[in-house]
Amino acid sequence: MLEIKDLHAQIEGKEILKGINLTVKPGEVHAIMGPNGSGKSTLASVLAGNPAFTVTGGSVTFYGKDLLAMPPEDRSHEGLFLSFQYPVEIPGVSMVNFMRAAINEKRKYYGQEPLSASDFLKLMREKRSIVELDNKLASRSVNEGFSGGEKKRNEIFQMAMLEPRLSILDETDSGLDIDALRTVAGGVNKLKTDNNATIVITHYQRLLDYIKPDFVHVLYKGRIVKTDGPQLALVLEEKGYDWIKQEFDGLNG
Amino acid sequence: MEKEIESKSIIDEATTSEYKYGFVTDIETHIIPKGLNEEVIRYISSIKGEPQWLLDFRLKAYKHWLTLPMPQWAHLDIPPIDFNAISYYAAPKQKEGPKSLDDVDPELRKTFDKLGISLEEQMRLSGVAVDAVMDSVSVKTTYKERLAELGVIFCSISEAVRDYPDLVKKYLGTVVPYTDNFYAALNSAVFSDGSFVYIPKGVRCPMELSTYFRINAADTGQFERTLIVADDEAYVSYLEGCTAPMRDENQLHAAIVEIVVEDHAMVKYSTVQNWYPGDKDGKGGIYNFVTKRGLCRGDFSKLSWTQVETGSAITWKYPSCVLSGNNSVGEFYSVALTNNYQQADTGTKMIHIGKNTRSTIVSKGISAGHSQNSYRGLVRVAAGATNSRNYTQCDSLLLSSTSGAHTFPYIDVRNDSSVVEHEATTSKINEEQIFYCNQRGLTTEDAIGLIVNGYAKEVLTKLPMEFAVEAQKLLQISLEGSIG
Amino acid sequence: MSSIQQYIDIYKQLGKRIDNASSPVFNALRPAALAALDGRQMPTKGDENYEVSDLEALYAPDYGINIDRLTATADISEPFRCDVPNLSTSLYYVFNDTYQGNPQAQLPNGVIVASMNDSACNEIVSRYYGTIAPISDPQVALNSLLAQDGLLVYIPAGVVVERPIQLVNLLRANSPLMTNRRVLVVAEAGAQVKILVCDHTQSHDTDFLNTQVVEVFVGEGATLDYYDLEEASEKTHRVSSMWVRQAASSNVLINGITLMNGITRNNYHIDIDGQHAETTLLGMAIASNTQHIDNHTYIGHNVGYCHSNELFKYVLDDDAVGAFTGKILVAPDSPRTEAYQSNRNICASNRAKMYTKPQLEIYTDDVKCGHGATVGQLDQDAMFYMQTRGISCQEARTLLMQAFMSDIIDGVRLEALRDRLRHLVEKRFAGTLAQCRNCTASQSCHTKIKKK
Repeated sequence: MLEIKDLHAQIEGKEILKGINLTVKPGEVHAIMGPNGSGKSTLASVLAGNPAFTVTGGSVTFYGKDLLAMPPEDRSHEGLFLSFQYPVEIPGVSMVNFMRAAINEKRKYYGQEPLSASDFLKLMREKRSIVELDNKLASRSVNEGFSGGEKKRNEIFQMAMLEPRLSILDETDSGLDIDALRTVAGGVNKLKTDNNATIVITHYQRLLDYIKPDFVHVLYKGRIVKTDGPQLALVLEEKGYDWIKQEFDGLNG
Repeated sequence: MEKEIESKSIIDEATTSEYKYGFVTDIETHIIPKGLNEEVIRYISSIKGEPQWLLDFRLKAYKHWLTLPMPQWAHLDIPPIDFNAISYYAAPKQKEGPKSLDDVDPELRKTFDKLGISLEEQMRLSGVAVDAVMDSVSVKTTYKERLAELGVIFCSISEAVRDYPDLVKKYLGTVVPYTDNFYAALNSAVFSDGSFVYIPKGVRCPMELSTYFRINAADTGQFERTLIVADDEAYVSYLEGCTAPMRDENQLHAAIVEIVVEDHAMVKYSTVQNWYPGDKDGKGGIYNFVTKRGLCRGDFSKLSWTQVETGSAITWKYPSCVLSGNNSVGEFYSVALTNNYQQADTGTKMIHIGKNTRSTIVSKGISAGHSQNSYRGLVRVAAGATNSRNYTQCDSLLLSSTSGAHTFPYIDVRNDSSVVEHEATTSKINEEQIFYCNQRGLTTEDAIGLIVNGYAKEVLTKLPMEFAVEAQKLLQISLEGSIG
Repeated sequence: MSSIQQYIDIYKQLGKRIDNASSPVFNALRPAALAALDGRQMPTKGDENYEVSDLEALYAPDYGINIDRLTATADISEPFRCDVPNLSTSLYYVFNDTYQGNPQAQLPNGVIVASMNDSACNEIVSRYYGTIAPISDPQVALNSLLAQDGLLVYIPAGVVVERPIQLVNLLRANSPLMTNRRVLVVAEAGAQVKILVCDHTQSHDTDFLNTQVVEVFVGEGATLDYYDLEEASEKTHRVSSMWVRQAASSNVLINGITLMNGITRNNYHIDIDGQHAETTLLGMAIASNTQHIDNHTYIGHNVGYCHSNELFKYVLDDDAVGAFTGKILVAPDSPRTEAYQSNRNICASNRAKMYTKPQLEIYTDDVKCGHGATVGQLDQDAMFYMQTRGISCQEARTLLMQAFMSDIIDGVRLEALRDRLRHLVEKRFAGTLAQCRNCTASQSCHTKIKKK
């Protein structure tokens, strides 16, 4: 479904991604790990189309379409979802209003009629239960005054609403206590099917106890330097990243 | 929640960026020749069959107006106005005042239908009493009988002069004297109609009272005058909406609104101002120079202004509260959106005179295109206004690098037991918010509409329901084409 | 008749004598000044930006002017005792409006601190004098018409002046006197300097009208701190205007402090003309009795990528009047501008009046700007809390007012001056500053408080 070839990207003239290659198929879970500053979040941002980054080379296809040519909203309609590391607050805009707009834009994209108010509310109720999101949170402004855990839950709730084909979870575990982590991960697992895929970006192995990856990639200095099965995460947990750094830096002088 | 869903769907429906109220109604109109002199004033007064005292009032105002220069202090670039190139009276021709809806000119009724205020609908369904002012003359006041049972007077000011001369004489010009300013003097000399509301002691007006203003004829100005009196313990919510046809030349609208609020009474005055703003190159549009002021005369009286300003080429408007009663309360909630070459200089004055008076100001400016948008406000706390409190929050949102946002608050405190706070921010629309919305599948234009409505929400929620929906829709429409 | 007329008449009659005692650079500007004043009057109360200050009335009385530059010597032992302890400065005096040299001062090579009449300075003075302060402004024009001397501070490119330059303005006269001062500061590219200016009066019963025009040029990458401390008498009135031009990457801190005065009107006009410049403008005003302090500030962000921060705080007691106008202008095409302005005021008496007018005028969208203004009182809960802990009402007031001013004092980038200011403000609030006119040792001041 997703094919990244030799992707290069920069921000304010500084190259962050230096040739990423990655293929994701339906039903798969990929974990991308790596030390701070290796480019993990940049990769997520570039895939979602954050205009702060400039793609300087390479290609990304999503179900055969040129992802990089699409505006961010079309990437969303095509089924790409990014759970933000730091979800932004939008004062005054209620979650209900926001999600209804998002859902109906997607329906419009596929030539469907907008959802009726009652169907929409039913959908909200149903999806809210997946991440145990409080009704009160749903009626507040988008992310405004939410705690860190509530923001992350809200991201997964939106994921449930939009039913993406590919979800990218950017450091979804950061700032979560163990209970919140379990709830959020449980939500992700409930949404998992054979037809969708997940990319989990994380610094630590602990999230992977809950969301089992099929592949673990290590991103370092803007490149994927190692790919292996789930056991790689355990090795990293035990030995840290230094050995990877040495291996890679040694190779490249 | 249902309300929000409803309003969002209305935003979705609004897809044209053209000014949708820009039609001209083909109604036979009685217009007097252009120009302003004593003769014209005498003529206006005589057509309306006015008593001598009112004619004298008009003439005094006119003489005073002649001595005044056009005010220059606002942050506005106003081209010279030739006050003799304007016709000061234009009325849809009708033999006599309509007895029932059937007597109203069908063309006229079509106009109001297009505006979305079908008189019948209003009467039957919403329970909103409507006074419609076409050009300068009040056309039809619905629901009069029902209100009359409660002792509420809601009629055109011309009828009020005829039927309740003592009330009009007692209050007219007491809050906004003709000497107040250039445009107030002009209005006092030539005003042709407007609405009059009187709520007697202890009566809570059961329905929203509403006036729609419409400029139709070319080369005319509109000079309406509204007078609202809420007697002790009375309550009324009053709504005002306005539209005008699209024309290449500028048209002048110089209105006065006077409000008197007695002991424990409350008046809520809401405006959705959507005069024709001119085209995208700044050609045409209404000059909206309005004096609005309320006197909270009674103890524990309260006046609340809410305005959504999206129209007019130039807006010069400061709805104000004079808080002379002890424990009286003044509020001002404003959203002013300017696009293309619009200019707005708007805000309020809160004059604290009584003890323990409180005022709140929330102003949200939105500047797009090449527009200039200024907040100007005065908070004055007199020496005797002990234990008074003002809070002002004044935000500006910039949507283009060629637009301007300005804040000019004036704060004057003369005692040591009062607290006045003013906070203002100016910033560009947040790109992270736009991207977040994009990621969830919204176009940039929709995202901006949503963010702007969220930004303005604090004010929009102060509007009565049906107005809030219209206001949201207007904000969205007014912004279209501004994303560059 | 306009108050300006008497000064025009003086110049017309005695212009030769004025010119004879002044630098040719000063004289060259006089015809323009005279023309600018023709038919004008000073702003009066109610004029835009002069909502509470009547300059026409301030200029109207018949003040003497020291036209012939009669020499008198100041008693400099007094201000010496008022010196900032532990702060080593290069000290200079201006007595009334005549510059007094300090041959002992040791300055780095090329640095000039001198009278603007000194012929050696002619070239620099003529290059900068009157080039930012606009002659169309009647206060600037009148000062330019009458000024006969001034102080030049010149720092050549790249020179760092470690020791602060302190200028003490002393007023002494037996009959009403008008003084007209000029200050010109030129800090060339990369220069660094700290300037401390103190206004003092030795004749507390004489009326003074003290006008000054300060022009400041800050070159690329230069750093300038300018502290202006007014600690005069209730009969000393001051009309000051300061004009600053900042080049790229420069850093300017201006701190205007009014501790004791009669009527003060300060104009600060700062133009930021180069990118990546930083500006901090701080002000503190403490007024009691019928004192009157009016600060008018303007910061023009004429280019992008600059930051400015402005904070003015007032405490007004008795019948004092305070006014603040702060305008921030962000010109078109000035991206990434950050400008914040704040004005906080306390009316400590029922008769004190505060008038504040913060303004933002913004013509571009890529900005972060904000302003805030408050007028209020001391926190009554805090007052009560302190009283329950045995602190007297008066002491609690003093403590809270001092705490209120602490962020202005903390903004001073000279530690010794910071300590001195803290002490002065404490004395001011304790009501002992006036008694301290001979600057007796701080020990006795404290005793006075205790005796209360």
